[in-house]
Amino acid sequence: MMLIHCPYCDEKRPEIEFAYAGEAHIVRPNAAEQQAMDDVEWSKFMFIRDNKRGEHCERWWHANGCNMYFNAVRNTVTDKFIKSYKIGQKRPSAAQIQKWKDQANG
Amino acid sequence: MGDFRKTGKGVIDTQQPVSFTFDGKSYSGFKGDTLASALLANGVHLMGRSFKYHRPRGPVGAGFEEPNALVTVTRGKGRMTPNLRATAIEIYEGMMASSQNRWPGLGFDIGAFNNTFSAFFPAGFYNKTFMWPKSFWDKVYEPFIRNMAGLGPAPTEVDPDVYGAVYGHCDILIIGSGPAGLAAALAAAKKDQRVILVDENVNMGGSLIGAGHVSIDEKSASDWVAKALKDLNKADNVVLMTRTSAIGYYHDNFVALAERLTDYIPEAQIGKTREKLHRIRAGKVILAQGAIERPLVFNGNDKPGVMLTSAAQTFLNKYGVAVGKEVAVFTAHDSAYSAAFELADSNVRIAAIIDAREGVSAELISAAEGRGIDVHIGSVISKTGGKKRVRSVEVYEPVHNTQKTIACDALLMSGGWTPSLHLWSQSKGSIKWDEAKGVYLPDLANENCVCIGSCNGDFGIKAALDAGSKAGGGRKVYKTDEPVFGSGQVFDHLPNYIKPSKTKAFVDFQNDVTDKDIKLAVREGFKSIEHVKRYTTNGMATDQGKLSNLNALEIAAKALGKQAPQVGLTTFRPPYTPTTFGTFCGYRTDDLFEVTRKTAIDPWAEAQGAVFEPVGIWRRAWYFPKAGEDMHAAVARECKATRDSLGIFDASTLGKIEVVGPDAAKFMNIMYTNPWSKLGVGACRYGLMLGENGYIYDDGVVGRIAEDRFHVTTTTGGAPRVYRHMEDYLQTEFPELDVWLTSTTEQWSVIALNGPNARKLIEPFVEGIDLSPEAFPHMNVREGKICGVPTRLFRVSFSGELGFEINVPSHYGRAVWETLFAAGEQFDITPYGTETMHVLRAEKGFIIIGQDTDGTVTPQDAGMSWIVSKKKKDFVGKRSLQRSDLVAEGRKQLIGLLTDDPKTVLEEGAHIVADPDQSIPMDMLGHVTSSYWSESLGKSIAMALVKDGFNRMGDDLYIPMEGGVTHKAKVVKPVFYDPKGERLNVV
Repeated sequence: MMLIHCPYCDEKRPEIEFAYAGEAHIVRPNAAEQQAMDDVEWSKFMFIRDNKRGEHCERWWHANGCNMYFNAVRNTVTDKFIKSYKIGQKRPSAAQIQKWKDQANG
Repeated sequence: MGDFRKTGKGVIDTQQPVSFTFDGKSYSGFKGDTLASALLANGVHLMGRSFKYHRPRGPVGAGFEEPNALVTVTRGKGRMTPNLRATAIEIYEGMMASSQNRWPGLGFDIGAFNNTFSAFFPAGFYNKTFMWPKSFWDKVYEPFIRNMAGLGPAPTEVDPDVYGAVYGHCDILIIGSGPAGLAAALAAAKKDQRVILVDENVNMGGSLIGAGHVSIDEKSASDWVAKALKDLNKADNVVLMTRTSAIGYYHDNFVALAERLTDYIPEAQIGKTREKLHRIRAGKVILAQGAIERPLVFNGNDKPGVMLTSAAQTFLNKYGVAVGKEVAVFTAHDSAYSAAFELADSNVRIAAIIDAREGVSAELISAAEGRGIDVHIGSVISKTGGKKRVRSVEVYEPVHNTQKTIACDALLMSGGWTPSLHLWSQSKGSIKWDEAKGVYLPDLANENCVCIGSCNGDFGIKAALDAGSKAGGGRKVYKTDEPVFGSGQVFDHLPNYIKPSKTKAFVDFQNDVTDKDIKLAVREGFKSIEHVKRYTTNGMATDQGKLSNLNALEIAAKALGKQAPQVGLTTFRPPYTPTTFGTFCGYRTDDLFEVTRKTAIDPWAEAQGAVFEPVGIWRRAWYFPKAGEDMHAAVARECKATRDSLGIFDASTLGKIEVVGPDAAKFMNIMYTNPWSKLGVGACRYGLMLGENGYIYDDGVVGRIAEDRFHVTTTTGGAPRVYRHMEDYLQTEFPELDVWLTSTTEQWSVIALNGPNARKLIEPFVEGIDLSPEAFPHMNVREGKICGVPTRLFRVSFSGELGFEINVPSHYGRAVWETLFAAGEQFDITPYGTETMHVLRAEKGFIIIGQDTDGTVTPQDAGMSWIVSKKKKDFVGKRSLQRSDLVAEGRKQLIGLLTDDPKTVLEEGAHIVADPDQSIPMDMLGHVTSSYWSESLGKSIAMALVKDGFNRMGDDLYIPMEGGVTHKAKVVKPVFYDPKGERLNVV
């Protein structure tokens, strides 16, 4: 069972406390934007996801813990978390992810 | 038969004889014996029959890797365990063990005719043969195969034993207590760290147990082990666990340990937890699992009496058992010599050492000759004699093409060593091929984990001890006196003058896979080792290829014309060793199998004899039968009583979420399709919630308790996901809204009163609320007291009758219910369950989310366009409702159905067609979603999702059923009872 770091609790907690919540950084368009979107654009927002092989930004919910949603970078090949961060923080750049990895490897 | 016990050897307790039976015959052994060692001491090698050919088999190994000697142990009702390795189970007084896969007996087995015709049973035989006709698959072929090929029978009775489960944490987890593991534990114990040392065997010490020829730091090996264990037992930061197998290695150093607690004690003492699953989270894991000797693949290598050299050594050192009186040794590795010498030094005659290699050190040869042992260099065994026990070997020297037969009663084989990388590989540590040693070794770690000792290729006791000390954080350098471990040669093929068609050289003993099967698989086009494995079933037996995988790899690689590392190994998967289902279940059986959620009023319903049904994890009263009533009669009575006078229903399972904050109304506007800003305090509104995809997600009545406070109800099953849905939007899309969400499902008991006498019943009990219809109209909520306790009193109705839902704090629920029930006698108050609730709501055409909707139904499809705000700029699902597919013609729409024959109640889920005479497959228009007998209307009613349903009003549709019956029904609006809603306003 994985240990997942919750950025709000600032603790690593067992996987069973968390629920996966899909890809991160997909912003819901506001009312005006929604109306300006045609069906193809809207369906991309609704349904099309990267399904990335490798480092993936995704949402997690600390369901049986502090109840907070947060984002995390996880490698979908190795199933290792690189870093979790709070909602509202920008999508990390490749350089930032590399820096986190270097930090983790000491 | 004879006594094969050697006095002065072994760590068994010869003062404590133990009697047991095997296949009904009584034997005697000693405390500390395994079943295998005790049988071998009695001269019994034949312990089982092989899976496919039913060939006679004896133990090949001496421990947990054993593929052959599988037995069933019976110890009373429900306590029958099949497929236990005789080499790994301890005997106890009165033990009853039996062999498997044989009929009528182990000595004479009818199934052995498979062996005679084995030429017809090559790899893939079943796949190729039992193909046609298809109708034979489950009737003829499967029972035949299951009967002929197999392991022990599965138990059929309920397991009466108790199993446990615990979590554990430590800084260092050491798996394996041989020299490497012990040295690691000793070093780690000196640091301020929590250490757990586990071993699957009864005694710690691994290869050092009974190793009289080895000394460590000037002490005998056994004295050193005793001292080490004494020190470790004294250290309060160290936990020692024996009879404990590490079965799985999971993410972040999470390791599962299965501890056996009672299987070795006599029946009379049973009663404690049988096995316990330990889930350990370790800071660092040290794997010291050793290496397993590799069999040699030669003609006749599976006869009882043929076993690994190391197994013979273990039987001698640990149990004081000689595996024969005249033992031949066939080797490709130096390490077999020291084992042979140990046997010779214990007065076992070594008939010959046959060494497949050309170059063997002169030192070893002279040491052998010094003991009077013949050594045949550059020679192999071309065949073995004997039927149920090896009686002779034929030594073949390819260079001179000579053969010589040597008599023996046991044959030891040594094809080198395979480091145990099972857990390392499960941890996703990578492995690399070591050309010099001819083995796979650990390469890069994926977790904080190291392999030490022979599982890391550090063979020999000193190497293991020093590596252990280092891994445990120490720097100790040990001094040992031990035989030279030496080196070996890997053979992918042993020469033979006999035609391959006349030979049988086994790779996987339990599954009867020969070298020919593997070569055949490659010839037939299987190139991946994973495919070769599945086609031949090599490595798929209960030993999971612990003995066979490397040999199979060598043979497959050679056949493919590749090097072993290019072909690669098959994946290692947990569990490392067969584990009982009980261990995995732990205490989660019977009542603890699944949590049952009950309301505060549930015990009352139970006392009334209610029949329950599961709704999600809740259990709810389904109906309340009176003496002699079936469900139909009970529901008809409950419906009638409610419509005529008064029904009482426990609605506590409704999901409840308190939405609070200055922006609560704004948030409700986003989450629900209808508007909330103008809803007055004290008013209620039915709310419909969509997913962002525009489909109906949930519904429920919402009451505004204050400007900034909404009491939201959800469906019983939907409560958790609605809460999650709300939190998701609040936290991630609308974090600027000042709103708090609290799940209050458990906080309120909800008593629903429905029927014309509902108000009359509660009037005397309510304080602080004006119940008059003018002051408290339908779809309102008031706060006050009932029966002296605080309440949120809703005037709502899910039945179409005058209705109240009394919310009181949960702990008052039952008291209020009982008070009202007693007072309701004057109105013939009738408790009803979920079935009546469903009928009453269906009569009114109220939908049930998940029954009348299925996640692809829009509000328009459900005939609920009225609830979708046109004015609101945004709500979840709004944009999707405009998608072309969702506004297209021809969608399935929710309509009502009235059957031609009013007595016919349609089957829920039945398909609906326009033309019953069309050919099959028919053009399906939709299906029945809800269908009931309506006692109030005296006819059946149904709801259905039907393509273009709204345009079919008045049409006849057909519902063809199994057996040629077709029902006819008319499409109507799905409100069957009191369409004007007048009954809500009964005064």
